[in-house]
Amino acid sequence: MSEEVLVMRDITKRFAGVTALHEVSLTVRRGEIHAICGENGAGKSTLMKVLSGVHPHGTYEGDILFEGEPCAFQGVRDSERRGIVIIHQELALCGQLSVAENLFLGNERARRGFVDWNRTNHEAQQLLDRVGLRESPTTPVNDLGVGKQQLVEIAKALSKEVRLLILDEPTAALNDDDSQHLLDLLDGLRSEGVTSVIISHKLGEVTRIADTVTVLRDGRTIETLPAEGLSEERIIAGMVGRDLDDRFPPRTPDIGEEVLRIENWTVHSPAQPDRKVVDDATLSLRRGEIVGLAGLMGAGRTELAMSVFGRTYGVGISGRVVKDGREIDTRTVRAAIDHGLAYVSEDRKRYGLNLIENVQRNVSAAALDKLANRGWVNENEENSVAERFRRSMGIRTRTVSTPTGTLSGGNQQKVVLAKWMFTDPDVLILDEPTRGIDVGAKYEIYSIINDLAAQGRAVLVISSELPELLGLCDRVYALSEGRVTGEVSREEATQERLMQYMTRGQGS
Amino acid sequence: MTTKTAPARGTASPAESRRLSINLRQSGIYVAFALIVVLFTVLTGGDLLQPQNISNIVVQNSYVLILAIGMILVIIGGHIDLSVGSTVALTGAVCAVLTVQWGLPWPLAVLLTLLAGALIGAAQGYWIAYFGIPAFIVTLAGMLVFRALTMSTLGNQGIGPFPDEIRSLANGFTGGYLGNVGLGPLGGADLVSLLAGLACVAGFALSQWRKRVARLGYGQTVDPMPVFVLKIAGVAVVVMAVVVQLARFRNLPWVLVLLAALTLGYSLMANNSVFGRHIYSIGGNLQAATLSGVKVKAVTFWVFVNMGALAGLAGVIFAGRLNQAGPTAGMSFELDAIAAAFIGGAAVQGGVGKVVGAITGGLIMGVINNGMSLIGAPSERVMLVKGLVLLAAVAYDVWTKRRA
Repeated sequence: MSEEVLVMRDITKRFAGVTALHEVSLTVRRGEIHAICGENGAGKSTLMKVLSGVHPHGTYEGDILFEGEPCAFQGVRDSERRGIVIIHQELALCGQLSVAENLFLGNERARRGFVDWNRTNHEAQQLLDRVGLRESPTTPVNDLGVGKQQLVEIAKALSKEVRLLILDEPTAALNDDDSQHLLDLLDGLRSEGVTSVIISHKLGEVTRIADTVTVLRDGRTIETLPAEGLSEERIIAGMVGRDLDDRFPPRTPDIGEEVLRIENWTVHSPAQPDRKVVDDATLSLRRGEIVGLAGLMGAGRTELAMSVFGRTYGVGISGRVVKDGREIDTRTVRAAIDHGLAYVSEDRKRYGLNLIENVQRNVSAAALDKLANRGWVNENEENSVAERFRRSMGIRTRTVSTPTGTLSGGNQQKVVLAKWMFTDPDVLILDEPTRGIDVGAKYEIYSIINDLAAQGRAVLVISSELPELLGLCDRVYALSEGRVTGEVSREEATQERLMQYMTRGQGS
Repeated sequence: MTTKTAPARGTASPAESRRLSINLRQSGIYVAFALIVVLFTVLTGGDLLQPQNISNIVVQNSYVLILAIGMILVIIGGHIDLSVGSTVALTGAVCAVLTVQWGLPWPLAVLLTLLAGALIGAAQGYWIAYFGIPAFIVTLAGMLVFRALTMSTLGNQGIGPFPDEIRSLANGFTGGYLGNVGLGPLGGADLVSLLAGLACVAGFALSQWRKRVARLGYGQTVDPMPVFVLKIAGVAVVVMAVVVQLARFRNLPWVLVLLAALTLGYSLMANNSVFGRHIYSIGGNLQAATLSGVKVKAVTFWVFVNMGALAGLAGVIFAGRLNQAGPTAGMSFELDAIAAAFIGGAAVQGGVGKVVGAITGGLIMGVINNGMSLIGAPSERVMLVKGLVLLAAVAYDVWTKRRA
């Protein structure tokens, strides 16, 4: 129990000037389950990528000792050869292939180049028995639910004679039963002597199953604690212990009557129609109000927003959207826009901009009809509109005929905001509005958000950064596993309190 | 203030050079066209630009150019249409049945044929837009199905001859309504053609001038006056040179008048209509267009309806030119149209391309075809050169994009 199987010492990793990990250390003992906790962006996944060789030796500073030997992995194959297997949140399985084929992919049970199917299926069956998955090895992986696919991944890891199993958010996409089964399995593997590292947001699970907990924050190791007798509050204190500084422009809220209410909103996952991604959520927004939506990865924040905005996500959606006291139809994006809704996606390159097109045409894209007369666009009017937004929002480009793909992240975000401001919405949903933007541009985006509220619009801000929500919002809803688990006003809001709501599971 | 503008100017200059390279990419095609024309003029000892030969190039390539207009819109929208060759054959057969066998008046027959083409496009557009089958598959199926329907419509034999009006739409020339005028050493030329050419140039100059005035009214930057005048003068010289040569031969081919109108109309549609803009936004970023409220399915559907209608028009003209609708008509036209669009600067991923570019791409292939046959090159060599030109054009496009 006391032998150190993995020692990572003073790992520092930089991306283009941003320090993602700063002298992070981690020690894992043989046969334990070691949990790593931290906010989104704390550096958990980066640390695991360093360990597994995704970020090869030489691109980071610091030492890795595995079973007492120094490691210099050049890629995932190197780390897997040493028995370190990482199971990512997005499963890496070939859906059309059978369970058995997936288990031995790249490691086929073959003789002289031909697959030995009897051996393949026989050994696959043994692995499936070990993880407690009662399915035939010949079943296509697509026919299994996500929970069972996760078990296939673990079986695959076991087939490689795993010495250290790393699971990144293993239960984030699972329902309660599947999560339970997975945790039981990890427990069983521990008694067989398999060492595991799990990254998890679900603190209830962490305190239940882990032996040791390491907390990361802002790319640093904060503390490593024995899990025995550890409370969730204690972990949260380590995760958020950060002060607010004045990174936010001043603002005097002027809040009017309610403009939008989302009632009993329930959304099911398209991949698993029996799983609720958003579960009976009810929230309301008032004119001139900035409301935050807090939640950890997989809590259903984006899913909630996109399902409301033209049903661009999810199946089996139920609930009501009420605007100015009347129920509105938001089943198509056009209808949602026409009712004064706007949604700024978290992924501006994929969902927000036409990168090969210029600033002018991106700004007009969501409200081209306003510039058109009988289907013909008045380009001069379009140009002056784009120019007006360029000046008022400080989009740094010489002309509005510059392709948006050449702008910086902050300026691209301003173009997306301009596009939606031109639709003159009553309600804006901003999904991670400052992701990937440097500090100076963040301040400008915050000022724009304040202006939007001052114009009497309601703004719903989805953010993974709690300080951002505290600094910006009049009220914050917390979402956990698709449910609204808390609502706090600006006065009562603290990071600790929000984090408690955000990690409140249904089972625990 | 000074500290604020300095970095802004610093960041603008790479963006500016990038813009320049994008302009280069778009204008490269016209430069290439000019070079190819000069090359073949030299190789053929001037025969390429003889009045009758210019007329031949236009008439011989008219149906591919019409298809290229529809195809560029399909490609900008991020799709492809492999069925247009078969659609040309089928609509040609429909037109033959309507006029030759049923004896319908020709304007009604042409209208019904265009409608048949639109219906073909609608059938394919339904599967692509609303059912979500990739256009490649749907139109590959269409290519086989419509060829089969052509054969059963025609009973495996040609139907003809067509009424004179349809033949002259494909092959004929405008009449010498006002007689000829002498042009000194160039000899006599048709006055109507010359006036039409002048009207075109004047119309172009006027529209450019009005655009300039409007832009100035909105306080936007415009080209300096000398550049503005030079641009118009350049266009005037090229247009009048072609028109004079044609006027010396047999006036303007009707199909050229039609092509000019289509090119102008579709260019305006692509650049200035809401519908045209939506095609670009869908091809540029489908998800962003969807989330901006663009009715992606409807736009895709109508792009294919339009492609079908234009294929119908090409079908009428091709059948009229051969004076017969045959079961093998339009073979591999889809490939010529697709090549024209890509040579003309369309991007494989969609979202980029111009109607005028596609026309130029089609003319490049037409000039290569014509010029090489004038110097007696065997057809396999023509094919070889066309293939290499297509590859080179797209390679150039990819290369400039990578540098940008």
